[in-house]
Amino acid sequence: MKVTEKEVAHVADLSNLELTEDERSRMVRDLNSILGHIDRLNELDTSNVEPIGQVSDRSNADFDFASREDILEGLRKSLPQAEALKNAPDSDGTFFRVPKVIER
Amino acid sequence: MDLKSLTIDAARSAVQERKITAVALAESFYAKIESDDPQIGAYLTLSKDRALAKASEMDALAAKGEKLPALGGVPVGIKDVMVTRGVRTTAGSKILGNYIPPYDCTAVARMEAAGAVVLGKMNCDEFAMGSSNENSAWKPVHNPRDLSRVPGGSSGGSAAAVAADMAIVTLGSDTGGSIRQPASFCGVVGLKPTYGRVSRYGLIAFASSLDHIGPFGKTVKDAAIVLQTIAGRDPMDSTSADIPVPDYVAELEKPVRGLKIGVAKEYLGEGLDPEVRSAVADAVEKLSKLGCEIVEISLPHTEYAISAYYIIATAEASSNLARFDGVRYGYRADDAKTLSEMYRRTRDQGFGAEVKRRIMLGTYALSAGYYDAYYLKAQKVRALLTRDFDEAFKKVDVIVTPTSPTAAFKLGEKIDDPLAMYLADIYTVTANIAGIPGISVPCGETKEKLPIGLQILGKHFDESTVLRVANAYEQGRS
Repeated sequence: MKVTEKEVAHVADLSNLELTEDERSRMVRDLNSILGHIDRLNELDTSNVEPIGQVSDRSNADFDFASREDILEGLRKSLPQAEALKNAPDSDGTFFRVPKVIER
Repeated sequence: MDLKSLTIDAARSAVQERKITAVALAESFYAKIESDDPQIGAYLTLSKDRALAKASEMDALAAKGEKLPALGGVPVGIKDVMVTRGVRTTAGSKILGNYIPPYDCTAVARMEAAGAVVLGKMNCDEFAMGSSNENSAWKPVHNPRDLSRVPGGSSGGSAAAVAADMAIVTLGSDTGGSIRQPASFCGVVGLKPTYGRVSRYGLIAFASSLDHIGPFGKTVKDAAIVLQTIAGRDPMDSTSADIPVPDYVAELEKPVRGLKIGVAKEYLGEGLDPEVRSAVADAVEKLSKLGCEIVEISLPHTEYAISAYYIIATAEASSNLARFDGVRYGYRADDAKTLSEMYRRTRDQGFGAEVKRRIMLGTYALSAGYYDAYYLKAQKVRALLTRDFDEAFKKVDVIVTPTSPTAAFKLGEKIDDPLAMYLADIYTVTANIAGIPGISVPCGETKEKLPIGLQILGKHFDESTVLRVANAYEQGRS
């Protein structure tokens, strides 16, 4: 498989990245080099192998994923509004403020 | 006070017995940082107020004759990917350059509850992505043993600070070797626990199924004491395991005679530096002399680990890093007219080259048409790699390998060749893929006086045996 300029532009779009022209051509080179190595995975026959996404259940440990009681306040209280907005690049004191979403 | 030989117990006893105050101890570490860190670059942010407040608290306890907790008055450093309330946390990235977290990472909170004095935040590769610390948006870290060389990555600052006596112990994070490899390069001890042993709450996520928090120290015992402090169930992380935490320090004393130590040929193949190979062979010989039984084993899928790892890690990263959009915190590009333009410019300007590369690779691997060929395939190979360890651990108690195929390389040597940089992680990514614990302990030096690391891998939640073998090796050697 060979990644083209066009695919890099498409993936950048999916990733919410713009990338300069220089970055794009370097990305084509780097992704092809890395994927060239990764393609060796195809040497392995995995037709009868179940994929695993995480390893937590492999050690017989007692995890309680998504099984706790619903608690009104959550495990910890929510941050006060002022504190939640403190790191915002732009806010009006009540909401996060962002550039216009809908074009008219 | 001589900072060089200072361990946790020595520092805590000195404060307990009023030979030095915790405040004076912290001040002497800050003096050392001020004089030496400009050449090394291990710290990104100092948290003096917070450190001195905790130190005073410990001094007050000691003055009243009360017993100090395990890390009472001990100066520590925290990798800058763990959030600290009120103390700038950047993850080594411009996109979080002005971020002041409103809460504490559980591991950090547990360190402080045990009396640790947090000196500051340690330099690292941006979002923990890198093997040389050269991807920090702020400055590179120089290896204290040879300033022209990298300290390893991504927890380069955490490793270098311990090696250069600018903290007694530090916390790092390890997604593919980011604790063990820099420990090896800097000549210190670095431990990656089992997945689920230490809460990830407050760790800025890179790849959630592979990320781990763990300690650096000068000795195995110090690593054991820190693990003891930070391990255990945390309701804020549903992947943290609810199983008892053993007394790791007591476990260190158990004999290693009769333990079965696996040596896998796949970890001693092509690309392994001859000096590293011979140091590891010597280490195996020493373990055998200590009464361990050496068993040859095979981990047949090892050569595919890097490929599977860099698909899974980047796929998870591409999802985790979607949150950095310039809306709620961090950097925002100020020249955008629309929301979409704002997202793109913020991320373009805020992320460095390696982070963009990984977001792109991960998004590509998850995108329509490639998901089965890359992401699903990698998850199947993950199952094969995990099975390799399951089979091996039916025959042996621990597995020993080199931590890294070479000693520390030069700054700039691999920065233009991302694949070469990735391949340097060959011996460490497997433990993240399988979620098993692993430690790197110093095992000699090259002719150029560069440290070499021995990696010891163990069964899930069997840090005790890993630490015990590491400790026996460390003590037997001295």
